[in-house]
Amino acid sequence: MSPAHFFALVGVGLFCIGLYALIVRAHLLRKILAINVMGSGVFLVLAALAKRTGSAAPDPVPHAMVITGIVVAVAATAFALVLMLRLVAETGRAELPDERIE
Amino acid sequence: MDALTLLPWIFDGVTGLALLLLASWALASPRLFTGIVMFVAFGLMMSIAWVRLDAPDIALAEVAIGAGLTGALLLAALARLTAAQAAQESASQSAKRKRTLRLFQWAPALLLAMVAAGLAYAVQSLPPDSAGLSADVAANIARSGVSNPVTAVLLNFRGYDTLLEILVLLLALISVWTLGGLSPQRTVPPGPVLDVLTRVLTPVLLLLSAYLLWVGARSPGGAFQAAAVLAAAGVLLLLAGWRPQPRFTGIPLRLVLVAGPVLFLAFSLVTIATGRNLMEYPPPRAGVLIFLLEAAATLSIGVTLVALFLGERPPDKEGQ
Amino acid sequence: MTPSDYAASVLLSVGAIFFLAGTVGLVRFPDVYTRLHALTKSDNVGLGFVITGLAVQSGSWFVVGKLLLIWVLVLAAGASVAHLIANGAARRGIPTWTR
Repeated sequence: MSPAHFFALVGVGLFCIGLYALIVRAHLLRKILAINVMGSGVFLVLAALAKRTGSAAPDPVPHAMVITGIVVAVAATAFALVLMLRLVAETGRAELPDERIE
Repeated sequence: MDALTLLPWIFDGVTGLALLLLASWALASPRLFTGIVMFVAFGLMMSIAWVRLDAPDIALAEVAIGAGLTGALLLAALARLTAAQAAQESASQSAKRKRTLRLFQWAPALLLAMVAAGLAYAVQSLPPDSAGLSADVAANIARSGVSNPVTAVLLNFRGYDTLLEILVLLLALISVWTLGGLSPQRTVPPGPVLDVLTRVLTPVLLLLSAYLLWVGARSPGGAFQAAAVLAAAGVLLLLAGWRPQPRFTGIPLRLVLVAGPVLFLAFSLVTIATGRNLMEYPPPRAGVLIFLLEAAATLSIGVTLVALFLGERPPDKEGQ
Repeated sequence: MTPSDYAASVLLSVGAIFFLAGTVGLVRFPDVYTRLHALTKSDNVGLGFVITGLAVQSGSWFVVGKLLLIWVLVLAAGASVAHLIANGAARRGIPTWTR
């Protein structure tokens, strides 16, 4: 197993850990953290697969996609945080209404 | 296999294991503050993984934007939740949850184990050696105007993606402003240490940002990394209590925010108007055009990220 | 391995030992103030050793200058952040550990 495949498997693991936390945890800030972890897992898979070029330099196109993805992820996180704070201001709890544990 | 060839394997293995453990800890810790701190540590560990994967551009962008700025945004949001809203659940609620929701925790775990197995099989069945598009990039890089392949891909070959990404960033800022942004926090006047640190570091960070922008044509660096350092300088200023003067927060701020996207769009349309394909820069002038685009993009993206951190729309002259 | 490689390995290992000492201090010390003390002292010196090891192997004075700039920036940021955290903890009333 080359380092590229190992890190790709780590990326798959991160994606699944993030997805599990997204489904199971109710607090919205925790869900936003989980989405970021899922994103990092996907980026790791992309960049790990880009390193399969043998001894030459890695493929730069997935690198560019990952950099784009990181910037878009921070923009989406900022927007999601503001949405969460609006929900808290309206309902008083930082959980989705149908996932509230009463 | 002697110890010297085993060492990279041990290092990669420890890094991968640390990534999985830090992510689990960040998502499973009882307190949100611990979770966010672990997430920032996870981001720093990711940058080590990027370096091991020969991706220094991604490492620079991740450690500044992914770990640093995202951590600052998360902490700013956490500071605006009261203690009750940030608490996970009370003791009686957690006992009730343990009784009734055990099925709802095992079912997703089982499903995700199957998903993980499927994805792992898919990843393993990919060919171990695949050049991808690196051959095409290497063949055309002389015509792109820069010698850093990632910059060439970002700004020239896949410039369309970068244009859309800059527009998405602007759209996120507009959405945040529409929702009313983050509520303003009571600002504590900075102590002497933070004050001096900000005064000393801000010029250094501006210089570093310009350096990263300039060197991005030849070595790891470029517009996004320079914008991240610029955003760091802006966040430091905001934390030290600085706010822009009202005469700069109306039209001038909006001009700076749209300078990057507008310049990008203008260059793209000019290439169509002069008879080429979309964003096909003429090879003799491509280097200069890419640098101009990167400079405008750095300014726009940096200011947008700082505005996202500030959250609220800054009051302009009319006091709106 | 050339002599400079050996020197660089020794310096990097010493830096790693300092980082390990700081992490042990982070885990084992009883309160915020002692942990900050362990972290900043050992990490600054540890980073200094790592930078020296890298500078020995760098081969160009320009790179050595950039590495020194990194060390100075980390020193300034680390010391300031440690002060800010300790100040915040003191303002919040976190007591210092007494035996």
